[in-house]
Amino acid sequence: MAVTSADLIRAFGAIADRMTAERDALCALDGEIGDGDHGIGMALGFGAVREALDGLDGGASPTDVLNTAARSFLSSVGASTGPLYATALMRAAAAVKGKDGLEDADAAAIVAAMAEGIAHRGKAEIGQKTMLDAWGPAAEAAKSATGSFAQVLAAAAEAAHRGAEGTAGMQASMGRAARLGERSLGHRDPGAVSAAMIVGVLAETLG
Amino acid sequence: MQTKKILNAGEDAVDEMLDGILLAHGDVLRASDGSHRAIISRDGPRDGKVGLVIGGGSGHEPTFVGFVGKGLADAAAIGNVFASPPPDPALACVQEVNGGAGVLFMYGNYAGDVMNFDMAAEMAAMEDIEVRTVLTTDDVASAPPDRKDTRRGVAGNFFIFKAAGAAADEMMTLDEVERVARHANARTYTMGVALSPCSLPQTRRWNFGLGPDEMEIGMGIHGEPGIERGPLKPADAIVDEMMDRIFDEMQAARGDRVAVLVNGLGATPLMELYIMNRRVQARLQEAGIESHATWVGNYCTSLEMAGASVTAMHLDDELTRLIDRPCHCAMFRVV
Repeated sequence: MAVTSADLIRAFGAIADRMTAERDALCALDGEIGDGDHGIGMALGFGAVREALDGLDGGASPTDVLNTAARSFLSSVGASTGPLYATALMRAAAAVKGKDGLEDADAAAIVAAMAEGIAHRGKAEIGQKTMLDAWGPAAEAAKSATGSFAQVLAAAAEAAHRGAEGTAGMQASMGRAARLGERSLGHRDPGAVSAAMIVGVLAETLG
Repeated sequence: MQTKKILNAGEDAVDEMLDGILLAHGDVLRASDGSHRAIISRDGPRDGKVGLVIGGGSGHEPTFVGFVGKGLADAAAIGNVFASPPPDPALACVQEVNGGAGVLFMYGNYAGDVMNFDMAAEMAAMEDIEVRTVLTTDDVASAPPDRKDTRRGVAGNFFIFKAAGAAADEMMTLDEVERVARHANARTYTMGVALSPCSLPQTRRWNFGLGPDEMEIGMGIHGEPGIERGPLKPADAIVDEMMDRIFDEMQAARGDRVAVLVNGLGATPLMELYIMNRRVQARLQEAGIESHATWVGNYCTSLEMAGASVTAMHLDDELTRLIDRPCHCAMFRVV
């Protein structure tokens, strides 16, 4: 098997580290078109995820890990990222239900389930300048990629990064920045930027 | 450079604030056993009464927690600074205040709040508790009139919650309380102006920039950019810009009545708020509109932001009665 529960737990720890390191940069990005707290929520949420996963017993399945991550993220964050990532992680948990470990094909299943969960909960579509503009392309790239777990995630990470950069050219029509209209142009969406970071860390750590 | 704040650790700010509030107002408020971020009125929930649950991010005090008490909200779900509470405290509030007549959620129209409170409402439905939701959308500057339902909820919450809380206190049914809440929201208009930014306790950095001689009309209570940035004007000119917009929307006739809130965003002194109120009342008088009741002070803040908002609620007989009805909250009383 390509990826174990322990690998997933390590990956969440690495995401927590990255979000803590990028906290102020994400807040500054959010301050340009939102309320300036995105980095706080992401660092807090994945910090809580790491803590909750530390308490998980050794026999936990990938589904247990992802569901525990979902619950701890939601109850520590709230905000809009809480329900979005909680729903995404619960969908990912459901996508690999019954498995003791993950195979290469599960990489695309997890990324696609995350994207679907976010789209469902946020009622968002591609092109509205949200985190879905990173997760959506990541899911598409993962689904059409071939190769190992790591290769699929690398393709997803590359697409998520391009998607996040592309949000600078979008006018927001969803979420808080939508009220800015044209003034949202020229700024990257902080939720898309942090999403690209998450997919990037997954690709680095689950390779 | 970090902003100066009286804090221990930034990440403890909300919980330490709640500790202090409960110690000061333990006669009125208590924390739920189910969630320490669910603050419950000691004298609100009653059998057969609709439960009113309000909530949202912290940093706007006395909104929301200060408006919990007899005759107003029965509970508030408290989020992190400027962030919606998760579903857990909102669900704990529902369980605590359910008197068998249903529960009404009321909060400002923000995407995060909607998702979290909706999840809480779904969980409550699984426990057979009926929860309905009325979003507040009083911020005139946040969207044009044809997209009124996308507007943000800001300081006008104060009047809208008050009317709904009084309706529940009168033992109206859930249908009736919901109707009153929607009616109150539709007749409440707020315009804000920001003079300087605020900073979050966790980052202690200004969350937006505003030049030394600038003001921004229509800025949101989380520092969301407004509709017009320009040089700082005299108080009367600022109020005139706000009142012109409010009058445009309100379409009040001579002889109509309003309730007025001149609200400080955190760092603006009462002196300046009363200077603004002087002009607000002059404009109402000029338009032949009766000012039935006026509140001036910090009712919906944005941490240490400097600036103010003016809210007018266009009263009718029912709203007048509900606004006048006594209430006893930790940070607000009508006697």
